[in-house]
Amino acid sequence: MRTRNIFATIATVASLSGMAGLASAQGIDDPRRADYFKVYEGKTIAFVPVTMGIDLTEGWASVLKKQADTLGMKLEIRDPHFSADAGAQAITSLISEKPDVLIVHNPDVNSYAKLLKRAEAAGIHVIQVNMRSNYNSDVYVGADWIGIGEAEMQAVVDRCGAGTSQKVAILQGQPTSGSDSGMMRGAQNILDKHPEIKLVANQAGQWDATKARAIMATVIQQNPDLCGIVGFWDVMDLGAAAAIKESGKSIVLVTSGGGEQMACDNVANGVFQEEIAYPVLQQGQTLTDMVSTVLQSGQPAGKEKIVIYTPPLKITKETLHPGMCWSAKSLKN
Amino acid sequence: MTQEKIVFLIVIALFCVFSLSLKGFVSPGNLLTLVRSVATLGILGVGMAVLVIGRGIDLAIVAIYAMSAAWTLHLADGGVSIPLAILIGYLFALSAGVINGVLIAYVEIPALFATLGMASLVYGFARYVLVPLYVVYMPASASGISWIGSGFLFGVPMPILFFALVSLLGFLFLRFTKPGRLIYALGDNFAAARISGAPVRSIVVLQYAISATIAFLAGMITATAVASMDTNVANSSLIYDIILVVVLGGIGLSGGRGGIRNVIAGTLLIGILLNGMTIMNVQYQLQNVIRSLILLIAIVIDSLLNPRDEQIDQQGDI
Repeated sequence: MRTRNIFATIATVASLSGMAGLASAQGIDDPRRADYFKVYEGKTIAFVPVTMGIDLTEGWASVLKKQADTLGMKLEIRDPHFSADAGAQAITSLISEKPDVLIVHNPDVNSYAKLLKRAEAAGIHVIQVNMRSNYNSDVYVGADWIGIGEAEMQAVVDRCGAGTSQKVAILQGQPTSGSDSGMMRGAQNILDKHPEIKLVANQAGQWDATKARAIMATVIQQNPDLCGIVGFWDVMDLGAAAAIKESGKSIVLVTSGGGEQMACDNVANGVFQEEIAYPVLQQGQTLTDMVSTVLQSGQPAGKEKIVIYTPPLKITKETLHPGMCWSAKSLKN
Repeated sequence: MTQEKIVFLIVIALFCVFSLSLKGFVSPGNLLTLVRSVATLGILGVGMAVLVIGRGIDLAIVAIYAMSAAWTLHLADGGVSIPLAILIGYLFALSAGVINGVLIAYVEIPALFATLGMASLVYGFARYVLVPLYVVYMPASASGISWIGSGFLFGVPMPILFFALVSLLGFLFLRFTKPGRLIYALGDNFAAARISGAPVRSIVVLQYAISATIAFLAGMITATAVASMDTNVANSSLIYDIILVVVLGGIGLSGGRGGIRNVIAGTLLIGILLNGMTIMNVQYQLQNVIRSLILLIAIVIDSLLNPRDEQIDQQGDI
C-alpha cells in the first residue's frame, strides 16, 4: 500500500512535470494579445503640425511613424507649413475623412478651437501636442509652459542678483501662441516675487532668428548694462545670441526648446547659459501611449480630459552629459 | 515733389521726432544698429531695383536668398570644404536666376508668373532634395566665414559695409555702364529699345543673374550673422518688404524711373520705424499697425501731390 502510494505520487509528479514541460515548450497564450493587436488594425492616426521640418515635429512624427508601422496603423501627416488657414482646411477635411485619432499642434490658442470641438463631436479622438488651444480635448501632451516660464525667469534672476544691473529682457516668439501665453505667465509669476528685477524690454521675434537678432541688438544698445535675456525658443534665440556676441558683452541668455543636439552644443559653448528642455522623443513616446490609451479605452471621443506634462530637463554646463540631447539629423538617416 | 523726396522728408521728420523723444536714439551705436538691422533688406532691395527699373520683378529672390545659403551651410556641415560649398551654393543661385531670365526673355513668360513659379520650385526642390531640415545651423568648420555677417571693419558692422558696397556698385552699374543705361531704356519702352537694336534678351538674363548674385550674398550675410538659416523665410512676408522698400522709395513698378538712392530712402524709413518702436517697447501687433499706417500715409501723400496722368502712365502700370 505504501509502495503503491509512493508510485502514485511519483507518477503524478512525473505527469505534472511533463505537462509543465509541454507548456514551456509551446509557451502560454496571452488571451489579451489578440485583442490588443485588433484594437489597432486598420486604424488611422492623423497629425497636423504647425509645420514639418523643425526638430519638434520631425521628432514626434518619427516616433508616431514607428508605432503606426509596428501596429499596422496608417499615419497621415498634413503639413500646413506655418499657415493657420491651411491647417484649418486640413482639419476640416480630416473631420469628414474621420481618422480614429487626430493629433494637433496648434499655431495659437484660437484658430483651431472650434474645429477641434467639431472633430470630437464627429467621434474623432483629439490629442493636442505642446501648443494647445482654448478647447480642452481628450488629451494634452506637452510642456508645462507656466513651469518652464518660471524656471527660465528664475534661472535669469539667480544670475542677475545684487551687484548686477538687475535689468532683464524677454524675447517672446508669437504672443498669441499657447506656449508664449503660458511662459509669459510663468515669467511674470517670478517677476512678481522679485520687484528688484527690472523688465526693460518685452518683444516678439516671430520665431525668427534674424528678427530676434535685430530686436535684441537694439535692446542691448539701449540698455548697455542689460544683465539677462529670457528667450522663448532656442532656434530663434540663436539670433539673440548673435546680438550678444556682437555687443561684446557678457549677457545671460536662458532659453527653452526641444532639447535637440544644437541646444547641448550651444550650452557647452556658452552661447546659452541654460536651456529648460522638453525632450521631444519622450513627448513622442507619450503621444504613442496616449494613442493607445484612447483607442483601448473604448470611450467615446471627448469623454476624457487627460493632461500629461513632459518632465522638464535642465541643460546647463554642470548637468551636461553625452546622450543628453537627441539628434534630428539621425532621424533622417 | 517726387515720392522719393516725400519719403526722405518723412525719414527726416521721424528721425527728428525720435531723436528728441527717445533717449539714446541718436547715439552712434544705435544708429549703426539701426542700419545694421535693415542692411540685408536694403541689399535685396538693390537687387530688386535693378529689375523693377527694367520693368521686371523677381518674386523668387527670397527663395534664392534662403535656399542657396541654406544649402551652402548644409554642404559645409556635411564636410564639403567652405570655398567649394560657397561655389556650389552660388552656382545654384545663379542657375535659378539665369533660368528665370531665359524663361522671361526667350520663352516670353511674364516676369510675374515666371518668378512666382520659380520661387516655389527653388524652395520646394531645395527642401525636398538638398536641405532636409527647416533650420540649418552653421557648422563649427565654417567659423572662418562668420566675419561676413558678424565682423566689423573700423568699428562698422560688415553687413552695413556690404550694403554700402552693393549700393555703390549698383549705382555705378546703372549710371555708367552700357547695360545699365539700357535697363532704363527697357523699362521705359521695351519695344522701342528692341527696335533700336538693344540686345534686350541678354540684358534681361543679365538682370536676373545680378539679382540672384545679390540674393546669394544677402543669404550668406544672414546665415553668418545668426549662425543659422531658417528656410521658412522663403514663405514669409520678406518679399513684400523688399518690393515695399523699392516702391516706397519711388521706383515705379512701371519701370524706367528711379535709382539706388530711392532704395536707400525706403530702407532707412523701415529701419527708423523698426528701431524706434523697439526702443519704445511697442507691442508687436501694434508695431505692424503703426508701420502699415505710415506706409499708407506716404503713398496717399504721393498720390495727392502726384496724381496719375493718363498721358504719361503706361499700360500695365500696377
